[in-house]
Amino acid sequence: MSHSQDRPGFWTRLSNPGQFLIWSRPLVVPLVVVTAAVFLVGLWFALVNSPEDYQMGDTVRIMYIHVPTAWLSQFVYAVMAVSAIGTLVWRHPMADVSMKAAAPLGATFTALALYTGSLWGRPTWGTFWEWDGRMTSTLVLLLIYLGIIALWRAFEDPLRGARMVAILTLVGAINIPIVKFSVDWWATLHQPASVLRADGPTMPGSILTPLLIMFGAFTLLFIVLHLVGMRTEVRRRRIASLERRLAQRGA
Amino acid sequence: MAFDLGPHAVFIIAAYLGVATVVAALIGYRTFEARSVSRRLSLLEEASGRKRAQ
Repeated sequence: MSHSQDRPGFWTRLSNPGQFLIWSRPLVVPLVVVTAAVFLVGLWFALVNSPEDYQMGDTVRIMYIHVPTAWLSQFVYAVMAVSAIGTLVWRHPMADVSMKAAAPLGATFTALALYTGSLWGRPTWGTFWEWDGRMTSTLVLLLIYLGIIALWRAFEDPLRGARMVAILTLVGAINIPIVKFSVDWWATLHQPASVLRADGPTMPGSILTPLLIMFGAFTLLFIVLHLVGMRTEVRRRRIASLERRLAQRGA
Repeated sequence: MAFDLGPHAVFIIAAYLGVATVVAALIGYRTFEARSVSRRLSLLEEASGRKRAQ
């Protein structure tokens, strides 16, 4: 057998849980360092080196943590939806792992988006909460995340639970375009998109720069936490299979 | 002044502190979970190796 046949191929390395633990290990520390560095630069811009808004004053600084957490609330769900397709169509072993590791992160970022949004809303709109399209659909997104986490916990065998969770995740994905376009469909309190627009961002560079750096920092944070969570989940499944094997041998 | 956050400073500080606290808790939880699962796996692999050797 030739040497090239001995080495696992690209797809095997990507999809095999054991191979995943090997190739992802050297990525964790450099990713942590880069994430921390981008956060430091982002926070310096957000809190020190950026102007106040001519209307909102300093409360614009809440935007630098609100918009990235709101972006992640939808992005994490998109990652879970793609993973759900991987589970249902290809029965990809790492797709279940990815879905399970992402759900608590998505729920946390959605809760943070609601929290920072309400703290930004009080001084700018005069209210912490309003049942408008964007806020209500984001609250529904949080409830979907919590439902998915609860469903994972309802199954003792994660392999059996994965298909049910994948179906619920794909059904819940209908809420993502509702969250995104709610500000266009219903003219309510929340402002329309000002960064991800077909005609480009509507804000000046001095405000866009810290926002984009914080976008990067939060996205990197998600990547690191997702990677570490996936590594833990692979190990947890290995523990379950070892325990079964040891119990069989003992019996 | 760099940290004069204006009349609504309390909202800005509460937002940043809240996010920092939750993110720190999330990092702490993922680290703790990773370490305890790794430790349990090494113990089981050791036990499994011993059983196989017996």
